[in-house]
Amino acid sequence: MTAFARVNPVAKLAAALLLAACLVLTIDPVSAATALLLTGIALPFIGPGWRTFWARTWPVWVAAPLTGLTILLYGQASGTVYVEFLAVRISDGSIELAVATTLRVLAIGLPAVVLFSSVDPTDLADGLAQVWRLPNRFVLGALAGLRLVGLFIDDWRYLELARRARGVGDTGRIRRIPGQVFALLVLSIRRGTKLATAMEARAFGGAHRTWARESRFGAAEWLVVASGALVGAAAIVAAVVTGEWNFIAG
Amino acid sequence: MDGIDLDIRPGERVLLLGPSGAGKSTLLSALAGVLGGADEGEQHGELTIDGREPDPAHGRVGLVLQDPESQVIMARVGDDVAFGCENLGIEREEIWHRVGEALDAVGLDLALDRSTAALSGGQKQRLALAGVLAMRPGLLLLDEPTANLDPDGVLEVRDSVSRVLEATGATLVVVEHRVDVWLPVVDRVIVLSPEGGVIADGDPDAVLVDHGETLAASGVWVPGREAWSPERFARPGEALLTADSLSVGRAGTVVRSEIDLELREGVATALSGANGSGKTTLALTLAGLLPSVAGEVAASDALRAGIGPHPYRWKSRDLLTRIGMVFQEPEHQFLASTVRSELEVGPKAQRLPEPEVRDRVDQLLQRLRLEHLAEANPFTLSGGEKRRLSVATALATRPRLLVLDEPTFGQDARTWREQVALLAELLDEGSAVLFATHDRVFVEALADQEVSL
Repeated sequence: MTAFARVNPVAKLAAALLLAACLVLTIDPVSAATALLLTGIALPFIGPGWRTFWARTWPVWVAAPLTGLTILLYGQASGTVYVEFLAVRISDGSIELAVATTLRVLAIGLPAVVLFSSVDPTDLADGLAQVWRLPNRFVLGALAGLRLVGLFIDDWRYLELARRARGVGDTGRIRRIPGQVFALLVLSIRRGTKLATAMEARAFGGAHRTWARESRFGAAEWLVVASGALVGAAAIVAAVVTGEWNFIAG
Repeated sequence: MDGIDLDIRPGERVLLLGPSGAGKSTLLSALAGVLGGADEGEQHGELTIDGREPDPAHGRVGLVLQDPESQVIMARVGDDVAFGCENLGIEREEIWHRVGEALDAVGLDLALDRSTAALSGGQKQRLALAGVLAMRPGLLLLDEPTANLDPDGVLEVRDSVSRVLEATGATLVVVEHRVDVWLPVVDRVIVLSPEGGVIADGDPDAVLVDHGETLAASGVWVPGREAWSPERFARPGEALLTADSLSVGRAGTVVRSEIDLELREGVATALSGANGSGKTTLALTLAGLLPSVAGEVAASDALRAGIGPHPYRWKSRDLLTRIGMVFQEPEHQFLASTVRSELEVGPKAQRLPEPEVRDRVDQLLQRLRLEHLAEANPFTLSGGEKRRLSVATALATRPRLLVLDEPTFGQDARTWREQVALLAELLDEGSAVLFATHDRVFVEALADQEVSL
């Protein structure tokens, strides 16, 4: 495990949120490009290997140009119009907006995915409850519930097979969905109730609770949060200095 | 549950028996203090533990339930054992000390950060036991802790409990249909009556001798009474389905390979093997629900009756009269809002004329003692009733091959006997039957051939 992977997940969450908060204030290519560049420089220090990096981030690489393409075709037109066809209008304005949007999706999406790819749900829950002091009933309940997701997927698979076995699997796949959802709901309520009983029987929900694992928030965590804020701030400064600052509400 | 007078002394080891519906689980929940408040039911009389009202927060009582899946709370072994201690507000150092001790006590030699999802059923139950032990309870409550386990898992858990009791001197109350498993551990048997009150209470041997018949009739597995195998009359008929160097698996991952077998009319075939050995996957593949990974499942001309040889390629509707499947979890296959309409699903999909559908459904309701429940919602039935209904839904279209996955899991002795009798009847009528099971007694009662995975 790398040093970065051991950093408290709430610090990573805070860093990603701070960076995103800075980048949604403006739509311009400079701020997003700056943030991307700085993230790229930081990547070797925080990151997974390249193979893992591409495996985790490919949806972002697909989503970003697609978003850009939409803006390119339908975005607000200004300046020279190059192509006009039905509702499609490609112009200087829409090209600039498309580039800015593509970069922005990458600049927000990539760090978020990279920061979170090393997060373990248990550690995150510890951090949320101990560092951010969210109610432990809520946090631990959600954490325990998360374990049931795998069981629901199995249930769904069996529900499908059972429809085929019962002779009603040939048609109406869509029409059967509400029935299957209902069955899944019944099964999940039953599972959830049992889990809740098991938790209650182990004294969950009492007044005073201790933590077997300490969730630490020290220098390394502050460093990660500060880095996120710095990258965001640098992006804003770069945009303002180059005169590209384009406040979203303006 | 009503009119129960009991006094259980420290260090006693009690086996709690009684027919389904007598309130055994309710009593355990009440003792554990997880029964809920006055808004969830009525309560009269008094129940005290160490002279106080039961409350999980006292940490005096530890409860282990039947279903291994719903008892694992945390994602890592160490955290799961620590969970109860955390809730009791115990200091961190002391918690980890206790976690190590509890895992030793149940014989789980696993790394603390090992994922709990990857454990077997028996290991999960021992983990739940360790989580309870770490709280150092004076009273251990076990609600059918071994009902869902394979034979190895059953012994694992039983032996862990017995070791723990030796070491801690804790009091035990266990609910279990399979009496023979717990007989070596307990020193007192209490039998509850469905009408309320206690029928018998005392030395295990004396109670079982004096009340053996009543207990057996009410579904308890009284040792020495379960060996029963029905008379069978049919001779093996034509081959229906063959597997030829078959590999089975899911999503391309092979679970089991090189399987050869033949299913004939009037022959019962058992698939046995530990949890995870691929019994269910093989059963689903033979039933035409999963594709084979390699090799082939081929239906004979007799079974095909004019369509292609590979069951997986058949239409869903073509399966109905050929291969019926009973899933381990009956709820997975319920489609309708009443028992009657549930039974009509198959015959209607088969496009049988209305009077014929009605006749078949009426017959099945009667044969499987479900008449009084015809208008009930399948999801609201008891465990044994659900099982009977799920078998009945498959029988409604009269398939020539019936495949069942763990048909006796968690069943009481009465439902078990009914099931054996019903399958024996089907075999005599010339159907082929295939079942995946852990249950040795079931295999011995019914199987003509056995495939061990």
